[in-house]
Amino acid sequence: MDIHEYQAKKILSDFGVTIPRGGIVYSPENAENKAREIGGSRWVVKAQIHSGARGKAGGIIVCDSPLEVAQATDKLLGKKLVTNQTGPEGKIVNRIYIEEATDIERELYLGLVFDRSSESIMVVASTEGGMSVEEISKEKPETIIRSKIEVAVGMQSFQARELAFGLGIEPDLIRRASETIIGCYKAFSELDATMVEVNPLVISKQKQILALDCKMSFDNNAMFRRNQVSELRDKTQEDSKEVFASDRGLNYVSLDGNIGNIINGAGLAMASMDMIKLAGGSPANFLDVGGGATPEKIVKAFKLVTMDEKVKVILVNIFAGINRCDWVAEGIVEALKKIEVNVPLVIRLAGTNVEKGNQILKESKINYIEANTLEDAANKAVAALKK
Amino acid sequence: MTVLIDKNSKIIIQGFTGKMGTFHADEMIKYGSNVVGGVTPGKGGSKHLNLPVFNTVKDAVSETGADASILFVPPAFAADSAMEAADAGIKTCVAIVDGIPSHDMIRIKRYMRRYTKSSKMTLVGPNCAGIISPGKSMLGIMPGHIYKEGRIGIISRSGTLGYEAAQQLKNLNIGVSTSVGIGGDPINGSSFRDIIEKFETDDETDAILMIGEIGGPQEVAAGEFAKENMKKPVVAYIAGLTAPKGRVMGHAGAIVSAYGESAIEKVEILKECGITISKNPSVMGDTVKLVLGKM
Repeated sequence: MDIHEYQAKKILSDFGVTIPRGGIVYSPENAENKAREIGGSRWVVKAQIHSGARGKAGGIIVCDSPLEVAQATDKLLGKKLVTNQTGPEGKIVNRIYIEEATDIERELYLGLVFDRSSESIMVVASTEGGMSVEEISKEKPETIIRSKIEVAVGMQSFQARELAFGLGIEPDLIRRASETIIGCYKAFSELDATMVEVNPLVISKQKQILALDCKMSFDNNAMFRRNQVSELRDKTQEDSKEVFASDRGLNYVSLDGNIGNIINGAGLAMASMDMIKLAGGSPANFLDVGGGATPEKIVKAFKLVTMDEKVKVILVNIFAGINRCDWVAEGIVEALKKIEVNVPLVIRLAGTNVEKGNQILKESKINYIEANTLEDAANKAVAALKK
Repeated sequence: MTVLIDKNSKIIIQGFTGKMGTFHADEMIKYGSNVVGGVTPGKGGSKHLNLPVFNTVKDAVSETGADASILFVPPAFAADSAMEAADAGIKTCVAIVDGIPSHDMIRIKRYMRRYTKSSKMTLVGPNCAGIISPGKSMLGIMPGHIYKEGRIGIISRSGTLGYEAAQQLKNLNIGVSTSVGIGGDPINGSSFRDIIEKFETDDETDAILMIGEIGGPQEVAAGEFAKENMKKPVVAYIAGLTAPKGRVMGHAGAIVSAYGESAIEKVEILKECGITISKNPSVMGDTVKLVLGKM
């Protein structure tokens, strides 16, 4: 789960990291007042969407008066911002963060992620703040310093100090820099984060160390014990079909193609997508109804896939284990009584009681194309498209 | 010997009296697994499915001599249950449950570092289908009848894709020595490398089929291990050629976030390690057959 910049900064500030003064607004009037309340003579108006690279997309505007702040807010609110991370459909701006402008002396990069090889938390830092970590590793890999943190004991002061010295921070600021790095680490480990990225982490001309921008992602599996974090979810930033799916316990990812998929198991779903591609087609979605493929889930899956206007063929591929094909077939027949499907439907059942399952489908008089193997299913789905 | 479990493995069910625990315990017993009891804290002393229920894993181990366990407890309590099993001297533990936080998985693995290699429990999963040694024992939730007895070892992150492979092999009249589902999470109890190493020394296994997917370093680590240390042939299929970068594909661990984690990159690296690649998921069985023909 991702959260907005202003939410991430609030969390960092709770863990002792300094952030510029700022506030969230939902209207231009609001924005003007907020600018006056913050004070100073320059402000930054920042569109809050779940994406980086907002500056290049016009989502960050520097203003010299409260009136300009209002105008900039007016311009951004309700707009769809397209960045190199949002895809062509962009993301809608519903919230604006107003922040005092910072006099920047140096921009640094600080990121924390799970390292799957060492099964620990990896802190990555670089003197080249403001660039994406991908750009840094491509163009200035020599500036990257890493520190592996043993989660059982947590981050030690010396580890933070080494990073701070490694970034060339002046001696007077080392202590504050270490506190900042440890604050970020604590936010990560105490809130079940999977990624915390402060980019840039800046040293201001006034010698303050500030988190100027921050991105955070959290482990969905841990949200049951992180109510304060899960409340920060903003569904307007997610694909509407993906929200529909996650609310109903389905794993769904929206894709560009036109063959809709209903499959049980994530691995089998990816494998079926691969077969569609090899057969010359393109999947409209990834959809895992769960290993069990219960009739209720199958009804929901049909509802979801038929919501997508791109879908011209639907491919159902279920490998029934304990759940049995006859039971799955009854679920499909039941689903098709409730949901109208106006595109060709290819069904492949495999596993326990497959003959009985196929017989139920045949006798039900539903309109479908039977397939026997993975390959057969993908070929028939692509062929149905061409008709 | 068989990898991880055999006919004599004494199995207990953690979360025995719950709906899932009851259903799958019954399935395992029907398959022929030697289930000797279960654990549900607070229900010790009672009987369930005609088997004894214990309050703690330690009690279960000392009363029954159990050496294997399977967890059917909710994700929030799974880490605790796995550590309890490790501490009680269980040798092989399967965690079926999907949804254990990554931080908890790291905790379990750090906890287990206190044991020496010979006394350390093998944890398989979470978010997996479990282990089956066809005709001997099943410590999992798979449909047992799709596995024919034989000499191929299967390791798979995905449950249903592992079933697909077993079925393809069966249709070609090829059997399986042991199939291990290592699960779809980013941090798991046993890696491909851990299991592939066990298969190399297993005298009931001739060749290994490894079914991987996008995300994480484990397939590559197994490939490098195989190149240096293995004599038995390895066949691999990697799912997710069409998966977009940066998106989680169902399994929490199926996300491409670094170089070498996409399907194409993994296939290239595995080829260089001398592993035979199954070009697509419908020819996993055929590719194994081809490799067996060359032996």
